[in-house]
Amino acid sequence: MERAVTLQRPEGPDKVTGRALFASDLKVEGAWFGGTVRSDVARGELLGFDFDPRFDFSRVTIAEPDDIPGRNLVAMIVDDQPLLCARDIEHWGEPLLLVAAPDAELLRSALASIKPRIEASEPQLDMEASERVFKQLEIIKGDVDAAFASADGSSTHVIEGEYRTDTQEQMYIEPQGFIAFPPDSQGTTLVHGSMQCPYYVQKSLARVFGIDPGRARVIQAATGGGFGGKEDYPSVLACHAALLARKSGHPVRMIYDRHEDLAVTPKRHPSRVRHRTLVGRDGTLLAMDIDVLLDGGAYTTLSPVVLSRACIHAAGAYRCDNVRIRGRVVATNHVPYGAFRGFGAPQVCFAVERQMDRIAVSFGMNPALLRQRNMLRVGDSTATSQVLRQSVGSEEVMREILGRTSFDVYPWRAPKTGRIRRGVGFSFFFHGAGFTGSGEQMLQARVAVELDREGRAIVQSASTEFGQGTLTMFRAIAARALGASPEDVLIGDCDTSAVPNSGPTVASRTCMIVGSCLAKACGELAARVGPGTAPFRERARAFVARDGDPRVEITYASPPDLHWDDATYRGDAYPAYGWAADVAEVEVSLDSFEVRVTRMVTAVDVGKAIQPQMVEGQIEGGSLQAIGFAHLEVVTSQDGRFLQDRMATCIIPTSLDTPEFEVALIEVPFEHGPYGAKGVGELPMDGGAPAVASAIEDALGIHVDHLPATPERLMELWLAQHPEEVFF
Amino acid sequence: MNPTVIGPRTLEEALRALQDVTPDSRLLAGGTDLMVEIESGRTRPDAVIDLWRVKELRYLRDEQGGLRIGALSTCRDLLDSALARERADLLVLAADQVGAEQIKNRATLGGNLGTASPASDLGPVLFALDARVRLVSLRGARELSIDEFWTGYRATARASDELIESVFVPARTPGERRGFRKVGTRAAQSISKLVVAIVLRIDHGTLRGVRAGAGSIADKSLRLATLERELEGQRPDAATVERATRASALADARAIDDVRSSAAYRRRTLQRVMHTLIHELIEGAR
Amino acid sequence: MARAASRGGVLLSGEIDLSCNVNGVARKLRVPPLRRLLDVLRIDLGLTGSKEGCGEGECGACTVLVDGVALNSCIVPACQVEGSEITTIESKGLEDIQQAFLDHGGAQCGICTPGMIVMTRAWLEACERNRATPDLESARKALAGNLCRCTGYAKILASALAAVKR
Repeated sequence: MERAVTLQRPEGPDKVTGRALFASDLKVEGAWFGGTVRSDVARGELLGFDFDPRFDFSRVTIAEPDDIPGRNLVAMIVDDQPLLCARDIEHWGEPLLLVAAPDAELLRSALASIKPRIEASEPQLDMEASERVFKQLEIIKGDVDAAFASADGSSTHVIEGEYRTDTQEQMYIEPQGFIAFPPDSQGTTLVHGSMQCPYYVQKSLARVFGIDPGRARVIQAATGGGFGGKEDYPSVLACHAALLARKSGHPVRMIYDRHEDLAVTPKRHPSRVRHRTLVGRDGTLLAMDIDVLLDGGAYTTLSPVVLSRACIHAAGAYRCDNVRIRGRVVATNHVPYGAFRGFGAPQVCFAVERQMDRIAVSFGMNPALLRQRNMLRVGDSTATSQVLRQSVGSEEVMREILGRTSFDVYPWRAPKTGRIRRGVGFSFFFHGAGFTGSGEQMLQARVAVELDREGRAIVQSASTEFGQGTLTMFRAIAARALGASPEDVLIGDCDTSAVPNSGPTVASRTCMIVGSCLAKACGELAARVGPGTAPFRERARAFVARDGDPRVEITYASPPDLHWDDATYRGDAYPAYGWAADVAEVEVSLDSFEVRVTRMVTAVDVGKAIQPQMVEGQIEGGSLQAIGFAHLEVVTSQDGRFLQDRMATCIIPTSLDTPEFEVALIEVPFEHGPYGAKGVGELPMDGGAPAVASAIEDALGIHVDHLPATPERLMELWLAQHPEEVFF
Repeated sequence: MNPTVIGPRTLEEALRALQDVTPDSRLLAGGTDLMVEIESGRTRPDAVIDLWRVKELRYLRDEQGGLRIGALSTCRDLLDSALARERADLLVLAADQVGAEQIKNRATLGGNLGTASPASDLGPVLFALDARVRLVSLRGARELSIDEFWTGYRATARASDELIESVFVPARTPGERRGFRKVGTRAAQSISKLVVAIVLRIDHGTLRGVRAGAGSIADKSLRLATLERELEGQRPDAATVERATRASALADARAIDDVRSSAAYRRRTLQRVMHTLIHELIEGAR
Repeated sequence: MARAASRGGVLLSGEIDLSCNVNGVARKLRVPPLRRLLDVLRIDLGLTGSKEGCGEGECGACTVLVDGVALNSCIVPACQVEGSEITTIESKGLEDIQQAFLDHGGAQCGICTPGMIVMTRAWLEACERNRATPDLESARKALAGNLCRCTGYAKILASALAAVKR
């Protein structure tokens, strides 16, 4: 397959020189500083506030729930989260009051002078005990109960397992932040900040201020990482800043410091997944009974969608005629959990991959061969009974990974010796690109491309760049579709007053969905401009000079052969899936149970790598996040408050915690993706952790079923198997 | 938050400044601790004495075959010094793991000692090397053993009008073998879960001069008295080492469950790490 | 505000006169003595290239060179850089490294990039000074105080090594 020419990032020069303007870099004359008064308990009733009389509150502006002109709500799926809590506190750090001051020092004093009076009550912090369900759903294929009932015990095994994952922090290196401006003479409110989804922010502003969405202008600043953490929370922060701007009459900067960001922004949903699997003697999966439980935290936010994706992926990249997946996401008084790369899939992928390893152990079968026996191939149907008609790279991925690692002949779980134990592990996984089911059809994503007088093409889309390469990828697609030079393709700023709603930059959809619309729009524009031997720019310039219509806008239309039933949760869940396999090598010290991931080999089918260097970068970055999820990143809480509240204690991998990466890109094209491309952003996050856990199991001979596999947890598992070592 | 800052240029000026300030004041060296404390609001000193310009406190010199280290010496100074590597190799090893490059370029020995954090990476080494701490004031100078100096949780014997002037590492006894191990939360730039420093000799097949220090297993860096007692004068065989390290892990460690780790993990890991380190020293691997 | 001498040396109250050289340009400012160097750069001098990721000296996004030494500017007080030569990402002397990062995909979201590039400069200079081989392991260790969440470090390390050859 021909490897695309690597383009330089359009925004690259600005990034390497420090000129790129992130939210806190924006210079706004006369801007005030905004801050938040929050609850210091996880549950209770707000009785009022004590204002220290020694502080002169006339020097600052305070915004309270009554100041909200529209609805005191964070616009999301369900209207249950107030923008400012007026009475019933449901989580630690819930915002109660907003304060704006002319300088940072005064703001700090003001915030220290306001104490909420709260009558605390007993919080519900245990997801397994919670009876309040945000959402539940069931996926049924075949008849699981009949399969188990009629199982012949001599030729089948029943394998059970329970798997847990703790929460995980996105840790984008740029904390969240916005600058908001008071409404202008036309009543338009402007916010400028760090985000993934400008139109989500616009929708929230419209509801909070009771204005037409067109009166809320949202501009994305350079954004220093998102990973889902800036999918929904920016709506909260932008509305807070805008409220203060409106009331104070000044522009207001609300830039979180790391401590506040860690304490109150949404993290990954903790999970408990139970598997009960009926397996034939030859290792064939005959029936899978799966229970998925997610902790949603205090408010619904995005939990129904996270549950949806989790359930759809819960049976893994495998073929099975009888599947039942029952899932629910429940309310607790934790800080609401939200989007983080993978969005439910990493949790269930960990579970199903560990379950497959458990099956491999009980059958004495090589883990890769077990996957190979059961993996989905073209023509097979998934847990939602989706028949995979095209772009199924499972066989190619498997061939590639085994070719590079020979894992199929590796004596996995053979006894090891030595103080430093080496291990190798395996995972196999897939990830649906785009919104689930009818989501994309409902979204109606729009993209436009327009020629300027110079004959350059300006791409207009609300898809944001926050490191993953959106701008470069759009440039590459547009240049190819137009027959233009990449330098003659510009990407317009993400400003809701100038670009159409392309949908949120999430769900691994930007290339496949938005990119395909862009390719189509460019194809139409190129046809309009007409063919010729002169460079595109010249022809386009002439076309514009002739008063040709320089703009094409395309609205996404789902491929006609996709059908999804929301009521039964059956059908074509996603237009296409990315496929991958990981082999991880680790060293584990028997002294300290510290894990060192020394090598990670990954084979990934992305349909088409529009920009291979960028795709590799996504895979390497996502894989390291998965490695962190597997053994390093600890986030715990007490009484609903996160204990790791600064970077020194909430750790992520450093350059010394990173393995050597080997990435093999595979292309099994998807006909409805731009040049065959699918999605890749989230895929690497799914399989890295189970591969590491599998490698630890090989190294130590213990079964890891709870992430993160910290040294403390590994020690407990080891000592349970080696009780003679316990001397204390 | 604007404390008064006093910027002495000489040791004498610094000592005079100390006399002038209240107990709410703080000493500033490299800032890797204090600046974070001030910015976060955890500390609100009314005055800060900035020692950074007191060149007299930043030196590394030979003394009686040992090494005297000025309090303002940074981890970088230690790493860059051939003399330090020769005389106080264990301290250099520990200094290399205090944090990443940017931190090593600023973190000072005096600052580390003055803060007296239970998680200090350098403290255990000073205990193992039988270091001495010189304190100076306008009243004069005095030198304490590291044990006398470090009194408890974030507590030292430094009087409010005293400064840590230097640390003295005695001359290395011929045949001394030294080892250090830090177990952190990740491979670099991490707060320690456990720190161990061990020094010993083998004289005519017998363990001698055994000294060991540990950190993050109690409210302060401390000597592993039980380990020393159980090993001193014994034959360096496997059974002895196993017995001594187990006894030490049980008796010397006052480990607790905290946000970073568990008491059980610290105790067991301490035993294993000591065991491995001692065997490596015995085999001459270090 | 008055700047009195005390018995203990110069008393720095309110604000100090700070003279330093930033990227080759002499600068004179009046700032509180404990003002973070990061704020002096970003706010007082408008040089927003150095970034704040944590404010506690953990992430390295604020890394600058002070007299050639790499420091986290978020925990360096202004009173300690009097007379110093400060090099930030805005310096003209980083082009070789910047180009390497562009060519090898070393920047994704870009927030850690300024710190990474400045630290890479410090690493290259240290290798030269110490006659040490600038290899992968050396680069990994040098950059361990610069956190990145996007890249998995692979292409950052590749960029740093590519800068060696320039």
